[in-house]
This record gives sequence, C-alpha cells and structure tokens, in this order.
Amino acid sequence: MDAVPALARWFHFIAGIMWVGLLYYFNFVQMAALKSAAADGSAAAINRHIAPRALAWFRWAAVATWVTGAALLGKNFAAAFTLQPGHLAIGIGAWLGTIMLINVWGLLWPAQKLALGLAEATEAQRNAARRRAFIVSRLNLVLSFPLLFFMGAGAHSAIYF
Amino acid sequence: MKNPLDSLPATVAFGLALTLVLYLVARHATGT
Repeated sequence: MDAVPALARWFHFIAGIMWVGLLYYFNFVQMAALKSAAADGSAAAINRHIAPRALAWFRWAAVATWVTGAALLGKNFAAAFTLQPGHLAIGIGAWLGTIMLINVWGLLWPAQKLALGLAEATEAQRNAARRRAFIVSRLNLVLSFPLLFFMGAGAHSAIYF
Repeated sequence: MKNPLDSLPATVAFGLALTLVLYLVARHATGT
C-alpha cells in the first residue's frame, strides 16, 4: 500500500468522524439541550463556551475531510465527480460530502456567527439566523446517511457500481 | 404546516429514505 493513500485514508477517517460526530452531537444532543437550558436560563453557557469551540472543530474537520478525500481519490477524482462507471458509488458520496461542506461554510457558519453574537445583528436577525442554521444542520443530517452509505459502499465494493 | 425537519425522528427517516432512493437510482442507472 502506498504511503499517501494509506495516510489520506487514515486522516480522512479521523476528520470524517470528527465532522459527522459533531454534526450528530449538534442534532442529537445540543439542540435538545439548548431548549431545556433556555428554560432554566443556562443556555448562555452552552452558546458562549461550548458551541463556538464545537463549531470551529466542526467546520475545519469538514475541510480536512474533503481535502483528504480528494487526496484519496487521486487520479480518480474527475471520474468520481463525473460519476463514471465503476466510480458511481464513491462519486455520489463525494458529491454529497461536497454539498455538505458548502452548506457548512456558505450557509451554516454565516448564520451561526449571527446566532451566537459573533457578528453584529439585531435580535430579529439573530432569530432568523438561528432558524436558518437549524434547518441547514438538519439538511446535513439528512445528507449524512446516504453520504456514509455511498462512502462505505464505494470503498468496500458492497455495491458494484 | 410544521416543517418535518423540526422533528428529529422524521429527519432521520428522511435521511434513510433518501439513501434508499439514491441507491435505487444508482442501481437503475447502471442496469444492475
């Protein structure tokens, strides 16, 4: 096994677990916790100390996952993204991952900056941003299921296309 | 109307259903 693909695969797993793991943390844990924390007035601690750190690791893990994935595809990069025969499964996975990365940096992070008070905004803008961030995070949760299926299928030939 | 993404179980079900749909589309596209 060549060193570059082996290392790329290893770091792809590490970064991918961190990215999707934090996505699942936000959707399965933090969102519900924020609701009950808002009820007893302790939401500020989560928003101030946990969410910004989790989001930083989340969005940079997304970049690291994509870059190591691209390195792993290597000379098959174009074949995967153009969904050529034999590369369809990994290609679908790669497209889903790319859409999720764009969602993180293009939609989620700008909304989170407003929602968490890291950028100037009115209360109405913060509330709208909070809702936008929630929906984008939920959409990425939806996309994560086929993403993991096609990534696994592509890498381990569980399905032959 | 309530957004189905507001419900965590509905979101998970949506993700699983999308996986099945994409799988069937890909299988159909390759004729396997």
